Amino acid sequence: MAIDFFINLAYLLGAVGFVWGLRLLSSPDTARRGNIYAGVGMGLAIIAALVAPLEGANNNYGWIIGGIAVGAVAGGISARRIQMTAMPQMVSIFNGLGGACAVVLAMVELVNMSNPTAGGIGIALLTLLIGGVAFTGSLLAFAKLQGLVWDSTITLPKHNIINMVLLVGTLVVGVLLYLQGAEMSLGLLLTFLGLTLVYGFSFVAPIGGADMPVVISLLNSFTGLSAAAAGLIYGNQLMLVGGILVGASGTILTVLMCEAMNRSLLNVLVGGFGGGGSSAAKGTGDQVAKEVTINDAAIQLYYSQSVMIVPGYGLAVAQAQKVCKEVDDLLEANGVDVKYAIHPVAGRMPGHMNVLLAEADVPYPKLLDLDDANDALPNTDIVVVVGANDVVNPSALDDPGSPIYGMPVLNVWEAKHVIVLKRSMSPGYAGIQNPLFFHDKNRMLFGDAKDSLGKVVSELKNL
Amino acid sequence: MDTIYQFFNENLLLIYLLIFTIILGFEVISKVPTVLHTPLMSGANAISGVVIIGAILLIRQAEPDDYLTLSLGFLGVVLGMVNVAGGFAVTDRMLEMFKKKKAKK
Repeated sequence: MAIDFFINLAYLLGAVGFVWGLRLLSSPDTARRGNIYAGVGMGLAIIAALVAPLEGANNNYGWIIGGIAVGAVAGGISARRIQMTAMPQMVSIFNGLGGACAVVLAMVELVNMSNPTAGGIGIALLTLLIGGVAFTGSLLAFAKLQGLVWDSTITLPKHNIINMVLLVGTLVVGVLLYLQGAEMSLGLLLTFLGLTLVYGFSFVAPIGGADMPVVISLLNSFTGLSAAAAGLIYGNQLMLVGGILVGASGTILTVLMCEAMNRSLLNVLVGGFGGGGSSAAKGTGDQVAKEVTINDAAIQLYYSQSVMIVPGYGLAVAQAQKVCKEVDDLLEANGVDVKYAIHPVAGRMPGHMNVLLAEADVPYPKLLDLDDANDALPNTDIVVVVGANDVVNPSALDDPGSPIYGMPVLNVWEAKHVIVLKRSMSPGYAGIQNPLFFHDKNRMLFGDAKDSLGKVVSELKNL
Repeated sequence: MDTIYQFFNENLLLIYLLIFTIILGFEVISKVPTVLHTPLMSGANAISGVVIIGAILLIRQAEPDDYLTLSLGFLGVVLGMVNVAGGFAVTDRMLEMFKKKKAKK
């Protein structure tokens, strides 16, 4: 009995570690400690699972220890090597692995039928469904973020209808399996597995670019829910608690990201960004965007009172966060007030820009959120847009025909001057033309963001 | 209907746990500031690696010559462990950067 007490205590402490750890994440000062608490909780839980007395257990510890060793080395090495700019990919792939793990557990359960009750079978099927979608959906999200596939190449015509048919088909097969119960046919089960995996791919396929933060949050929530469902299979409360917490976190982030774009989740899922927008490119064809030279840009920045930097995904692609901080330091040394405006959906995952700037040692009180930044913009001398596009697009406010109409954006044109760093005039990832580029106050600085900022740094040093 | 009543009555504690965890999760996580959303995601990711417990229990209960279950369980442990180890390590790396700046100020 004593051993049972300690096992249960370890699981309980594990759950407390998860909750307490997430609670400490509410402040940057305590966040690191929180992560360690959650990690210790996980460690306790794993030890408990290893030594818990099981009836008729063969243990097979060799297999388990081997698996843990392989997983720990692979996870540890990739965690250490990964670039901060590649964090969305990393989170996606890890997320997919969690889903895959739940799929494996559900499949074994359904083949072995160790709990052939209606409830047990239903839960295992649910685990398989959610885990399968999370698995392949995350893999595709990873491939997209890594630049391995492009949205247009994997999106079929009438993709939304195909998705709907796939989803209904998958659910029908699931219900058939449930009705077959303990005598379910292996062929049909494999069909179900195949369908969930295909649906995972297919549902992420048309979603891309600026909608990526929503998808990643949603997949995160799916993985959590599949872990929780797997916890029900094994009657393990800790798996249930951990899974639900992750599910809650993913759901909250999904909702926040949707709110930041002023769109419903359904609209994001079926709405393919940039596909529509009949009036998007209208009337901008013959306008010319004015350029600024490196030298002029540096002088303007040097003699201004206040500068607001607006980072976007381009900052991550160009790995320009450190040189950005150099510009910041040189300007601050000359008494210029430098702030950063962070749009909630800038980048490819929630909080993406914050992490990059943290890596470059930008103190977080200098980062303004959407509302604070918009309050400060009318009193700002120069806005420097580094690789952001849709989040500074005035069409969102004044062009009802634009696909991003209604999305809250950073009103950078309210500042005295704007400089946009961009590689070329091509419209952004979402394929939407940006009238800001032709605005009177705006000047373009063409070139790779890291390269351009590097040149600005050397100019500033010469002033 | 009777089966639903019965299920509810028999699993009352589990249902309480489920509902309170959902409420607690939403309360705790809605307090996380925007600055920390990426570490929140990767930390949550690590926590979802808790499925590894299921994989461990699966292997322990398998027959020593049931190589299919053992291999699948092994795969499950590897997948779960990558999630756990990688997730916590990368979150720690990120949070260290946030802390460093505070010290400098």
